[in-house]
Amino acid sequence: MKEISLNILDVATNSVTADATTVDITVDYEFATDDLSVIIADDGRGMSEDFVKSVTDPFTTTRTTRKVGLGIPLFKDSAELTGGSLEIISKLGVGTTIKAVYKISSIDRMPMGDLADTVTALIGLKESLRFILQYKVDGREFRFDTDEIRAQLDGIPLSNYEVLAFIKEYIEGGINNTNGGLDIL
Amino acid sequence: MKSLAELNAIKQRVQENSNNRKNASDNDIKVVIGMATCGIAAGARPVLNAFIDEVAKRKLQNVIVSQTGCIGMCKYEPIVEVFVPGQPKVTYVKVEPTMVPRIITDHIVNNNVVAEYTIK
Ligand SMILES: Nc1ncnc2c1ncn2[C@@H]1O[C@H](COP(=O)(O)OP(=O)(O)OP(=O)(O)O)[C@@H](O)[C@H]1O
Ligand SMILES: [Mg+2]
Repeated sequence: MKEISLNILDVATNSVTADATTVDITVDYEFATDDLSVIIADDGRGMSEDFVKSVTDPFTTTRTTRKVGLGIPLFKDSAELTGGSLEIISKLGVGTTIKAVYKISSIDRMPMGDLADTVTALIGLKESLRFILQYKVDGREFRFDTDEIRAQLDGIPLSNYEVLAFIKEYIEGGINNTNGGLDIL
Repeated sequence: MKSLAELNAIKQRVQENSNNRKNASDNDIKVVIGMATCGIAAGARPVLNAFIDEVAKRKLQNVIVSQTGCIGMCKYEPIVEVFVPGQPKVTYVKVEPTMVPRIITDHIVNNNVVAEYTIK
């Protein structure tokens, strides 16, 4: 993947497939420790302990259209290549949290890319879900929550193109504000 | 920075438009983009967003852009399926954002399939 935001889209798609009702995405830059944490938490069907152990192996998949699952192995590699790590906490019937830590300054770290596009793509994937994005830079924070948007809309779908265009600009503005004028990749 | 209050104006506009529209959804054209790992890695996200932008720009009320998981033909990704009611499904392969305006104009607006973008 050329951007971390594409890994996020892909891993959050697993949450949608696992029948989550809420997917909570956190992107947190801590420059003091050189850590970029990316956390995707869902309340989907979860995985057993044994399954979690095998899931970073590309030959583990429950999909039926193809024999290998690539999403989690690619996410793990992208973090570990920078000297970071990937951790999965999951419980059957409760949900799954996947946390990747990247070393911000590593030359092997992919840029974040377009997080707003990732959120609008997820809304397109499953309109009825609640998506939350928490974007943090050194303690400053922007929070986006589809429930807050929905509360203003009186039943108009989020996938309405005017609404999507609004959401995209809203998230871009929130991220720029949080970056505080810096070009954070 | 945008404020959530702007959604109110959008809401009113959309509600007025939908009052003027009969038989929504039944006659809608669906554009579906494959967004499993293989699709995403091959560039499906910018294609999806190009469709969303183009539909917004042309104010096409009768087009729904959505996405699905793996369509099962990884080497042809990004794959886009277009469903026009009453017509067979059309599958576009190796789609790039620059191909999107033509698919919209020729196929979705004027009902001429762009044959050169489909599977040979
Ligand atoms: N959030 C989750 N909740 C429940 N199960 C999950 C979750 N994420 C992954 N899994 C399980 O782990 C398997 C492997 O996931 P992975 O993303 O690596 O591959 P895939 O989704 O099967 O295929 P691909 O991502 O390549 O399209 C999935 O098939 C699914 O069974
Ligand atoms: Mg996956």
